[in-house]
Amino acid sequence: MLSPRYHREIPQRYRLEAGKCTGCGKIHFPPRSVCKECGGRAFEMEKLPSKGKVLTCTTVEIPPAEFDDQKPYVNAIVELENGVRLTCMVAEAPPDEVDVGTEVELVFRRLRCGREWEVLQYGYKAVVV
Amino acid sequence: MREVAVIGTGMTKFGELWDSPLRDLYAEAVADCLKDAGVKRDQIQSAWIGCMTSGLFNGQEHLASILTDYAGLSGIAATRVESACASGGAAFRAGWLEVASGASDFVLAGGVEKMNDGADATYCLSTAADQEYEVYHGVTFPGLYAMIAKAHMHKHGTTREDLAAVAVKNHKHGARNPRAQFPTEITMDTVLNAVTVSTPLGLFDCSPVSDGAATVLLAPVEVAEDLGRPYVTVKGSGHATDSIALHDRSDLASIPVVKKAAEKAYAMAGVGPKDIDVVEVHDCFTIAELVCLEELGFFEPGQAAAATKAGTTALGGDLPVNTSGGLKSKGHPVGATGIAQIIEIVEQLTGRAEGRQVEGAKIGLAQNMGGSGGSSTVHILEVS
Repeated sequence: MLSPRYHREIPQRYRLEAGKCTGCGKIHFPPRSVCKECGGRAFEMEKLPSKGKVLTCTTVEIPPAEFDDQKPYVNAIVELENGVRLTCMVAEAPPDEVDVGTEVELVFRRLRCGREWEVLQYGYKAVVV
Repeated sequence: MREVAVIGTGMTKFGELWDSPLRDLYAEAVADCLKDAGVKRDQIQSAWIGCMTSGLFNGQEHLASILTDYAGLSGIAATRVESACASGGAAFRAGWLEVASGASDFVLAGGVEKMNDGADATYCLSTAADQEYEVYHGVTFPGLYAMIAKAHMHKHGTTREDLAAVAVKNHKHGARNPRAQFPTEITMDTVLNAVTVSTPLGLFDCSPVSDGAATVLLAPVEVAEDLGRPYVTVKGSGHATDSIALHDRSDLASIPVVKKAAEKAYAMAGVGPKDIDVVEVHDCFTIAELVCLEELGFFEPGQAAAATKAGTTALGGDLPVNTSGGLKSKGHPVGATGIAQIIEIVEQLTGRAEGRQVEGAKIGLAQNMGGSGGSSTVHILEVS
């Protein structure tokens, strides 16, 4: 992960900033430059709620090399209280405690260390509430 | 538009082909295809080549030029087509459009991938998912299909054994295909006791990492008639896209892009699911075969598993699916897969699927898919 690519995503990853279309009200996460629903191009920043529930999940036993130190880990698709969905890890819980319908909260965590010449990579993970 | 025929096929064996470089794989498939069609290389006007990520697997871009050069076709128009695992299907569609439009008479539609070249295949393949909002969070392709499987199980009551039955069936078919990477039958116990990759999917729920190339030759039907050799016609072509992030789709137990592509192909061909005699679907993971069969309209949502266990989709059943062995047993050199599916249908329709022939097959369907369902092509072929 090179720093220009990383830098652009910081508002979303660190502060859960989404884009709300001023035309139709659709909330996009991550923010988009063109609204998928109405084609609108004007947005205002809206912070996502941190709480939601698991829609589906899996325990990854064989990860890509850069996640090897965290295996096994749970990946889930979470639907937040405002209906926005995202993919994340569910941290700090045994895999069998996470299932469809599990209530979770997004928290700020280190996601991976990266290789020695890369930036440390942070963002959101879910924890069971 | 002109009616288009597939007049020749050629493909390599699929597998870990350590001694074969990328360029030779494609050259071998082209040579076999031209020999099969009885067409000379100087008659070829254009080539479309599906390949997902030779840049990451082999450090090679500018692919269409180097591949056609090494295939002895230097000078023709040649274009590489990328739509992740649906690259082959997309290349076929591009070739079909070129002939149908009247722009060219002899067009190669092919695909290639050399995945065993030292690169981290899990990483290379993951670039077909959303890099910033899926892969950044540790998501893998087995993981994405595992989440579809979990949703399907939750919604429809699909079981671990239902998934395993797909792998057992496809390996039974692949054991009859001399070009398959793993032409061996397996048991339910083998699938259920294999190492877990991403729950609920184990190693035998996943298609392998493969090298291989495949190509077909397309021409107008009038030209095919003049050649006097067996051919099949392209009756329907459907192509659709969707979000590549799984979380952006409303029903996680479905893959809507397949249905969208199928509707276009059925409408163009003027046929429906009940008219199809033999099918190749994109079983990159066992769950994918079940969901794709449902999206293609062969079974109601949640019913493909029961049909699989009843033998409906096996050779000898009412709707043989993945007679080639599918991606699971035949292998999945990503860019070549969509073309290899077409070749299996062509061989079935022309009575050349020795050892696995579906007797009397007249209409076949091939469905190719990119990523977790961000793209799909559906082609319907018929023998006259």
